[in-house]
Amino acid sequence: MKIYAVCGAGIGTSVLLKSNADRVLAAMGVEAEVQAVSIADAISAESLAQIVLITPELQEQIKDIRSEVIPIDNIFNLEEIEQKLTAALS
Amino acid sequence: MLAQAFGPNSIAHHLEVTDWEGAISSAVALLEADLRVTYEYLAEVLAMNQKLGPYFVVAPGIAIAHAAPGVGVLETGMALLRLEEPVVSGSNNDPVRLVFAFCAVDSDSHIELLASFAQVMSAEGNMNRLLNEPDLTIIRNLLTA
Repeated sequence: MKIYAVCGAGIGTSVLLKSNADRVLAAMGVEAEVQAVSIADAISAESLAQIVLITPELQEQIKDIRSEVIPIDNIFNLEEIEQKLTAALS
Repeated sequence: MLAQAFGPNSIAHHLEVTDWEGAISSAVALLEADLRVTYEYLAEVLAMNQKLGPYFVVAPGIAIAHAAPGVGVLETGMALLRLEEPVVSGSNNDPVRLVFAFCAVDSDSHIELLASFAQVMSAEGNMNRLLNEPDLTIIRNLLTA
């Protein structure tokens, strides 16, 4: 499974989000590839991501994509990330 | 790794910041003081904020101001501005008290650095400790331990 962690530039917030998503998924025992990308990549028609993790301010800009979009309010809160990923994967 | 990213001038208090853009500017100025960026980087960060809104307010009270690698970046680095009076950015995570600034020379050399940073910030209790700690030396030790 492919998951995108998205931010404006694809180098800061998204990398932090990817890093924490990786740790949460490993703890959950879920095999997934998390990639840090820019908004443009997430919107791209070639996007293969099943799930997109994003900060709420950017959510509006990617609402029409095929991937399931999950807004993360606090990217340092591993529990929030785990709860939302668990809900999305079940 | 985090210890290298935070230069000698990179962690500071600011008493006179009154708005969100002023807070971003002062945080990015700390990167400039440590010769991690030139004056051009600030324009890049402010443009990102104007285009996309305050999306780099990533947790309650905490922002990480940054732009893409390239223009104005001399060396990968981090800085932290602690605001005596928190400011309003327009994010759900307002008000913002800690404004980190981050810059990267390219798109992959900083991945491990940010992974370490995410780990420190996500450790139980650390976020609240940082938000409530006025002593800059203690803050530096927490971030770079």
